[in-house]
Amino acid sequence: MKSTSRRSFLKAGTAITAVAAGLTPATAHAGPTNVLSPNRLGVLVDTTVCIGCRNCEWACKRAHELETAPLEAYEDRTPLREMRRPDETALTVVNQFANPKAPDQPTTVKVQCMHCDHPACVSACIVGAISKQDDGAVLWDTDKCIGCRYCMVACPFQIPAFEYRKAIQPRIMKCDFCTDRRAAGMLPACVESCPVEALTFGPREELVRVAHDKVRRAPDRYVEHVYGEREVGGTSWMYLADRKFEQLAFPTLGESPAPGVSESIQHGIFAYFVPPVSLYALLGAVMWTARQRHDDEEDQS
Amino acid sequence: MIHYHRPQPLDRTFLTRGVVVLLLLAANGLLWLAGRFVFGIGAVTNLNNQYPWGIWIGIDVAAGVALAAGGFTTAALGHVMHREQYHAVVRPALLTALLGYTMVAVGVSIDIGRYYYIWHPLIMWNGSSALFEVGMCVMIYMTVLYIEFLPVVTERFIGRVNLPGPLSPLNGPVDRLLRFLDRTLSRTMFVFIIMGVVLSTLHQSSLGTLMVIAGAKMHPLWQTPILPLLFLLSAIAVGFPMVIFESLIAARSFGLKPEMHILGRLGRMVATLLGIYLAFKLGDLFIRETFVYLTRVSVESVMYVVEVLFGIVVPMRMFLAPKVQKSPLLLFIAATLVVGGVLLNRINNFIIAYTPPYATHPYFPSIGEISVTVGFIAILVLLYRVIVLNFPVISLPDRRMMPASKYSVRG
Repeated sequence: MKSTSRRSFLKAGTAITAVAAGLTPATAHAGPTNVLSPNRLGVLVDTTVCIGCRNCEWACKRAHELETAPLEAYEDRTPLREMRRPDETALTVVNQFANPKAPDQPTTVKVQCMHCDHPACVSACIVGAISKQDDGAVLWDTDKCIGCRYCMVACPFQIPAFEYRKAIQPRIMKCDFCTDRRAAGMLPACVESCPVEALTFGPREELVRVAHDKVRRAPDRYVEHVYGEREVGGTSWMYLADRKFEQLAFPTLGESPAPGVSESIQHGIFAYFVPPVSLYALLGAVMWTARQRHDDEEDQS
Repeated sequence: MIHYHRPQPLDRTFLTRGVVVLLLLAANGLLWLAGRFVFGIGAVTNLNNQYPWGIWIGIDVAAGVALAAGGFTTAALGHVMHREQYHAVVRPALLTALLGYTMVAVGVSIDIGRYYYIWHPLIMWNGSSALFEVGMCVMIYMTVLYIEFLPVVTERFIGRVNLPGPLSPLNGPVDRLLRFLDRTLSRTMFVFIIMGVVLSTLHQSSLGTLMVIAGAKMHPLWQTPILPLLFLLSAIAVGFPMVIFESLIAARSFGLKPEMHILGRLGRMVATLLGIYLAFKLGDLFIRETFVYLTRVSVESVMYVVEVLFGIVVPMRMFLAPKVQKSPLLLFIAATLVVGGVLLNRINNFIIAYTPPYATHPYFPSIGEISVTVGFIAILVLLYRVIVLNFPVISLPDRRMMPASKYSVRG
């Protein structure tokens, strides 16, 4: 009797290990797409050119079928008095900062999703509902999303917003880089609507060259920093400014991709299921020895 | 002389004054919960785009998983290391873990915006997501816990199946099914027990990985790459204190004699486990030189000191004292400190340490959020009471010299 139980113990243990090992390849390849194409697109925002007209806010709302006042209402500059963040009702907002060099010409900065090259939200999303596209856009898929809001915890720019007031099908709302418009051959709504061409749309690599060129030609106008070129491993949207970016409410971030540490821990713990399976085997061995010793003691007594 | 203990249903009345209070708290929680389902998460909680996670994640889920660690730590001690003297606490700990994880699953479902998509992670995988790993492990582990609990059910009903009226012809088949389950489980239970321990170490640690991706948004006192290790060590350390805490409360509530000979010995082990946790926690503090943040008085620094001092150092010293190991009151205080310390640690990690860059005012849970969390805990306690009154969970001294258990490995 005792030996049968020991044999079945070993048999079942082997079966479990085999099943776990069989799972390995499937898991290793699972996950959302994260393509980094050399032709990915981006936008360069020149904050020294922006006049704070907020036409981009209006155009964005129109393009995404969000509720908006008529364009004329945007001539009112009072909303600029307080700092705002993109939310579920506005995927982009413009914020105003005092300009010490020219008090009557405040600096204005458009804020939206940066479309990171190594997005923390893509890495974090439990169901892979967010993905980095070939063209640089970071997109959210409503058919997958479960509304856990881990992307919001992960985002270093605190961009994704959630429809907290909806009981059914609340959405994660953020800039989608006007994917639908671009598919129809149009520019992103904000880029098209900007009357002063503060926004330049194009291949990211080219934009980086343009940005550095601009800084070299007018070193008095800009600080020597293209925000987004290297931050968290690079972003599709990049900024030029006349002062340090932290003075314009940009987060100070390192150059390593935001999901880096988390992913290496995660893959380290799993490493093709070797650590969990080894632990299983180890515990199995401990259990078997402990039982055998126990049985032997009982036999003697 | 050997004392044989046998788990058996307790013979007590369900309704007491305490139970009425718990029923009221549960009803209040469910009422607020209904508001969440009708008007959305925003209507009931203080969550916003800056603070996407509140106490429903920090307490119901993160602390819930940690405080259910008694299940896998006692299983490891009682079954894997085969220390039979601890078998009396394995079943109550298993039941606590089972109820705890059920609350975690319900807690997650109500916190996510699209609760009806809770099954999505089963078919939509993202291997790089720590949350995906936590979700999958918790789902599998919960199943394992229910399987581990099945022998308690079969033991209760074998030979006693008595279905009402028209269903009575099924008595025979159901009884045979239970006997079949019982036979199969007694032979295969060790597979599930080891699996439960492995799954626990995996998701207890991955729960720590969750906040790593928040990067600079998390206060440096808690943001460290060894967060998964700290979460695992603290979960292991809180397992036995949770068993002690719960056993002493149950003993008092049901008027039983506390099993001091078992609990005292468990307490002695806790001191070592807390010591290992403390060593890593302080080592991390000094290697990353984050102790500089402790020189400034802030919410974060005060919470950190309270967590380490009263959650680890004081109870560790207490558990080492023989006087504490013998006194139910002192043992209860020490266990409560550890439980409170780990609870505080999870709140610190998920709520206090999380400082998003553009928040205009800090997050504080709403009355609705607190009501739902308190309601869930009340429901847990009520379910525990119902189950121990009807199923053989708590061991009582048995004078008939029954064998400790029929099988060497049981849930």
